[in-house]
Amino acid sequence: MRRKLVGLHFFSVLFTVVVISFMFLPTVWAGDFSGFVGQSGKLRISGGTAHIPVMKEAAGLIMQNVAGVRISIAGGGSGVGIKQVGEGLVDIGNSGRRATANEIQKYGLVQHCWALDGVGVIVNKVNSVRKLSSSQLQDIFSGKISNWRELGGIDREITIMTRDQASGTRKVFWKKALHKGSISRRALVVVSNGAMKSAVSHNPYAIGYASVGFIDDTVAAAALDGVMPTLENVRSGKYPVVRGLYSNTKGPAFGLTAIFLDFLYSAAGQEIIANHGLIAVAH
Amino acid sequence: MFLGRPLFTADFFNLFMSSVWAPDQHLFGILPFVCGTLAIVILSLLIAFPLSLGNAVLINLLLPQLPAKFLYRIVKLMTGIPTVIYGFVGISLLVPFLREWSASGSGMSLLSAALLLALLISPTMILVFVESFTAIPQPHLNAVAALGGNVRHKLIYTLLPGAKNGIMTGLLLAAGRALGDTMIALMVAGNATAMPESLFASVRTLTAHIALVMAADFDSTEFRTIFICGIILYLGTLILTLTLRVFNRNGSNADLERGLS
Repeated sequence: MRRKLVGLHFFSVLFTVVVISFMFLPTVWAGDFSGFVGQSGKLRISGGTAHIPVMKEAAGLIMQNVAGVRISIAGGGSGVGIKQVGEGLVDIGNSGRRATANEIQKYGLVQHCWALDGVGVIVNKVNSVRKLSSSQLQDIFSGKISNWRELGGIDREITIMTRDQASGTRKVFWKKALHKGSISRRALVVVSNGAMKSAVSHNPYAIGYASVGFIDDTVAAAALDGVMPTLENVRSGKYPVVRGLYSNTKGPAFGLTAIFLDFLYSAAGQEIIANHGLIAVAH
Repeated sequence: MFLGRPLFTADFFNLFMSSVWAPDQHLFGILPFVCGTLAIVILSLLIAFPLSLGNAVLINLLLPQLPAKFLYRIVKLMTGIPTVIYGFVGISLLVPFLREWSASGSGMSLLSAALLLALLISPTMILVFVESFTAIPQPHLNAVAALGGNVRHKLIYTLLPGAKNGIMTGLLLAAGRALGDTMIALMVAGNATAMPESLFASVRTLTAHIALVMAADFDSTEFRTIFICGIILYLGTLILTLTLRVFNRNGSNADLERGLS
């Protein structure tokens, strides 16, 4: 009997604590979600894979705090994002590159840049080669240097990994790290930043490139001309391979889309962006 | 067809049937992908056909009833496994193994894709083979036994000739499935744009090419190439289907004649 009472007591205390914490939660965040008050409906986002971690966390926070708003996020790459928003299939199409003049004109796109992102060279963790010069990198990707031994590593063929033509990551890497040098036709092609990371982490002889926000301890980053692709170096401008992350809308953003973009530019949004290894850009 | 139409210009063959894919330099050759597709399909059929035939014989002729039934059930179950699962298993088990075993390349190769595809198309073949073996009248087999023939004689003189058309059907169906599969090639073949040079070279198939380029700029020539890929694939399946029909028509007549004689 006594034990039962104690149990009851314990649960009532727990219940009170939970209720009180729920009462406090909205007040903590109220400032950031005030824009969403009275809003409801569905927001569809697709495109660039470098954007996804930030989009996911922002969407999760918003959906937790605002009843009636549903946000769906899909990948597909920069090309898909631009195409789908242009055709009206989604409300926001993300791209890791500027839309071309042709695309902007055809679809009437408006671009919103909310973050800067570095693109870093990654190798497998067991690889001892962690420093490359710009010319070495070009020779590796063009196929001129084909063995890790030539770079002081083990005697194995280098597996080059690249992205498909529509990728914004590929575009900036090709332009700013390879200086528009050729990419070998033997290079393996993967479809997203996440796939690149897992492909390199599973192959000890691989070299690839990914958004700095994606580089974690499953792979090793390699310094380019002595500069590591870290958040600090991207922010200070020391690391040169940098691009903007864009969210595109068809015409000026309005309604839920505009509020969502405003959230990305708000203090809470900028904190999420920074937490994912990107550099937030003010409105 | 309609969207691909602007591509059928005078220099169609020069532009698209060349062996270099480099959109940066305005080279849109899809020949490497055609070759990659053919290489993967043929190699996987070469691997899968003997295996499937053996398996079907095992089920129909060699095994006692209970294990045969068990094996048949498993094969039936295997037809239902999604290709992405084969692809994932391939990436985590087969690819690292082949990489270390061949001591060159990345393991994402023609061979690994063909091995997985063989696994994918075998159940289809086995089921069709078993069906066509079962269709052979038991008295025929009994007659062989009565003449003192053993299992080998049953197989060579009764089952194989009788099920000739069934075997062809299974083979063509499997070829169609191998031709159309996207996920396995996309995941484990590596998708390099070079011509397939060896078993351990990375290749890209037409289907994987479509999946990869679909994300490109809608108006670009590279986007249009996927319609050519589509047309080529369509022609491929068309040829397979027509051959299948021809075989089946001849087959039913031949069976009838054999039955009468």
